[in-house]
Amino acid sequence: MTWIDVAVLAVGTFLIRLSGPLLRGRVDLSEETEEFLKRGATVVLVALVATSSVMVENEWAGWALPAGVLVGGVLAWKRLPLAVVVVAAAATTALLRLGGVD
Amino acid sequence: MPSRLIRTIGPELLRDISALATGILIVGVSFGAIATAEGLPWWQATAMSALVFAGASQFATLGIMTTGGGLLAGVAAGLILNMRHIPYGMAVGGLYWTSLRSKLLGTHLLLDQSTAFALAAGEDRRRARIAFWTVGATVFVVWNIGTVIGALAGQFIADPAVLGLDAALPAILLSLVLPALRDRPTLLAGLAGTAIALVTSLFLPAGLPVLLALLGLVVMWRGTKPKEREAAS
Repeated sequence: MTWIDVAVLAVGTFLIRLSGPLLRGRVDLSEETEEFLKRGATVVLVALVATSSVMVENEWAGWALPAGVLVGGVLAWKRLPLAVVVVAAAATTALLRLGGVD
Repeated sequence: MPSRLIRTIGPELLRDISALATGILIVGVSFGAIATAEGLPWWQATAMSALVFAGASQFATLGIMTTGGGLLAGVAAGLILNMRHIPYGMAVGGLYWTSLRSKLLGTHLLLDQSTAFALAAGEDRRRARIAFWTVGATVFVVWNIGTVIGALAGQFIADPAVLGLDAALPAILLSLVLPALRDRPTLLAGLAGTAIALVTSLFLPAGLPVLLALLGLVVMWRGTKPKEREAAS
């Protein structure tokens, strides 16, 4: 890996990040448009959580990872603090792996 | 000043961000450690974390390039993974689209986590703005500190997978989006989008499936008029 690789990835990533607000165009959008864009980002985040919980590098991640995320999700649904969610999710996955489930 | 800052941010947000920061720090350490193990000098790993500042794409690019995938394949994979920042920027870009400095900094701090925290603040734009900047800045600092620690001391550090930390970051994002999913159209769009993403991730490169999830919004538009549909049936 060279400086050029890092630079291309950095500049490309910055331009991608920049393009969202530029496509958006204005700071003050109608409430409905604003709501629609927020829903769009939420949908992407939900899909990201799901795919990154079950797939690692285009392959099945094993049971331990999705199980941990699921336990975290249930606790979050019960409105427990984020720290509890994080520890529970990581502990579930770690213990399952320790027990040979992966 | 620090106490005033803490009051502005609020104890609840600070507590949540601490949990996030711990997770990000350890993933940053693992990035630094893996990069060094793959032969990157510590300053190059750190430059990557500071300048690219997008964890998943850093891991992907590193992985492909060190297995001989070449510049094009490595960078392309990283950039495709980062495409999801476009819908993020469209949703929360208004929060930092003020002065030039704020635009440039805000753009660099646009992340899964800063977006999710800003969205979780709901209608309150002031809270959303505070959440976006605090999360973005905190993650930037701990991600880079983590990278340096990992690059310098990587071989002494435990594997994050053994600690179950790969479950921590998705769990954080999940908790942040859950409140928004209490809204029925968003939930339907999310479920449809997730189904699309899961199926397409079997054959598409990572990064594209989550964008295709946006098609779930089409389901939502059709679901917004349930009364009319009920009346029609």
